Formats: sequence, C-alpha cells, structure tokens
Amino acid sequence: MAQWSPYAVGIGIGVLSWLAFLLSDKPIGCSTAFSRTSGMVERLFRGSRVAEKPYYKKFAPTVDWEWMLVVGILVGAFISAQLSGEFRATWIPQLWASSFGSGIGMRWIVALIGGVLIGLGARWAGGCTSGHGISGTLQLAVSSWLAVIGFFIGGIVTAMAIFRVF
Amino acid sequence: MLKALHENKGTQLVIGFFLGIGFGFLLQKGGVTRYDVIIGQLLLKDFTVLKVMLTAVVVGKIGIHFLWGIGMAQLHPKPGSMGSTLIGSLIFGAGFAILGYCPGTMVGAVGQGSLDALFGGIPGMLLGAGLFAALYPRLESRILNKGSFGELTLPQLLKVNHWWVIVIVAVMILVLLALLESSGL
Repeated sequence: MAQWSPYAVGIGIGVLSWLAFLLSDKPIGCSTAFSRTSGMVERLFRGSRVAEKPYYKKFAPTVDWEWMLVVGILVGAFISAQLSGEFRATWIPQLWASSFGSGIGMRWIVALIGGVLIGLGARWAGGCTSGHGISGTLQLAVSSWLAVIGFFIGGIVTAMAIFRVF
Repeated sequence: MLKALHENKGTQLVIGFFLGIGFGFLLQKGGVTRYDVIIGQLLLKDFTVLKVMLTAVVVGKIGIHFLWGIGMAQLHPKPGSMGSTLIGSLIFGAGFAILGYCPGTMVGAVGQGSLDALFGGIPGMLLGAGLFAALYPRLESRILNKGSFGELTLPQLLKVNHWWVIVIVAVMILVLLALLESSGL
C-alpha cells in the first residue's frame, strides 16, 4: 500500500519513541546530526581547529547514535518508496509546479534558502519537528510545546504569504 | 534501566540505524515526506502532518511515562528560553514553509527520490547549522538565555501529577482529531 492511515503511522512512531528511550536512553531527533556533519565538512577545509569552536565542543563533529538514525531515515524511506513503486527522481513537487512553474533553478534556490533557515532555526531553538515536535512534547517539556507552536505559526504565516492566501 | 546496553557505543550505532529505518519507513508511508502534504498542512487544507504528530505524542507519552514510572526509562526534557526557543522556532517555521520539508522528512524525501531535498534542502540545512555554530558565541551571550525557564515540564509548571497532564492533553488531542475527521479534513 502506498499510503497508510496517519493514525497507524502515528502509533508506529509513538512505539519507536518507547524503543528509543528503552534501548538507547535517547529521544528521537534529527537536527544535531546536521550540526555534526556541518562540523565534519568544515574540518575538511579548515583542519582540526574547527573542533575548538564552542558549539562543536557541545556537539562534537563525529558520528553518533542520532547521526546513524538520520542515515536510517534515508534507507527506511527508500525501502518504503521502493515497495510501493513510488520511488521516482523528481525535481519539482506537483503543488510547486502548479503555482510557480517547472523551472528547476528557481525551486533549487528556494529549497536552499529554506534549508538554511531550518538549519539555523532548529539549532537556535534546540530541536526540530522530531526532537521538539514529537520527542519533547511527549515528555511534556514546556520548551518543546512552545517550540512546536512557534514552528507552526511561523510555517502557516510564511506558507500563506508564499501561496498568496492573504 | 538497560545501562550496559546504553553504554555499548557500537551497538548503539546499530540500534540508532535500525530505529531510523523504522522512522523513515513510517514517515514515507504516512505521506509526510511529500512537499505537497507538508505545504497542504501549513495552508490548513490537509491535516495529515498534525494527525501523525498528535497520534505519536499520545501513544509516545503514555508509554514513556509508564516506562519512567517503573524505572525503565529516564526523561530528557530540553531546556528552553524565549530567546532561543521562541525566536528559533519562528525562524524554523519560515524555513519549514519555504523548503516544504522539516529536517527528518527532508531526509526521507531524498530516500523517495526528491532532488529538491537532496540538492537544495540538505546543503542549505548544513549551511544553516554551520552558520549557527559560527554565530553561537555571540548569540549565547546576547540572546539565547533571555527569558530562560530551564528544563521545565508542564506538570512542574502546573504543580500537578504528570498523569493528570497526560490524560487531559490526550483527551484534548483526541477531541481535536475527532473534530477534524467529522469536518472532513
């Protein structure tokens, strides 16, 4: 089946969160893996002094549990897409094409800018839609409930501005 | 507590990888690795993202607090502040709508063949994370600690037993989901 009920998927992710706490003593999250990778890339160009940056002292540029989790997401999504025959190399999402045309350059630049903002914002807020949005809210953390409200307010306002709903 | 297991670094990398496979598989099956579904949510036309997240939160928090109660799990609530959590989450939200993926679903989108996530989103997010690391010393001394409230949880804030909060929030979520379904969203 190409798509499962969102409730079945949500139950599955909830159970995965139990396993992550039980087996690894860690909440599921994604964004620190990008900080570590960014540090690894920077180290290729600037050498080992990169690890002296205060932020990389907190999040060392090395492969850890969460980094492997992110690699696993890639593999798991690939398996799922393959099994349902949905794997397809595409540049332009449908909804994008119907609003802004099928030019690849424009979509690439916009995706790059969006990527910079989620990278900056996730580390600024201390987590993303997984680490705060699911793992943090289920621990009833005040920071995570505030973050997820901010994610959606920022996202809804921006999306409505881009798609000219106002 | 499975302490010996938690301290075995090699095994932990393997566990992380397999949990990630499960997570990526579910995200793709849920459709939330698709740009159209995420933008549909932010335009309040398609509530798939919210349904997945809220169901995961209800199931997750009951299990985690049960495991915590019997001493099989520890909680790790993240610290927060207005300067970091509020400002950062609004920046993230803008990026969420511009990119059309969040970090985890972006990686899942690459797995289903979305090249805008691979060549736009991923290098962009690495740049953004690197930019934050570069700005961190200045942000930390000026903004990130403004209005700090630490590792506060809702039960501590409201000064009630955590099961009250779990049950009340679960009921609110279930009512919201039922309202979405009954209104055809």
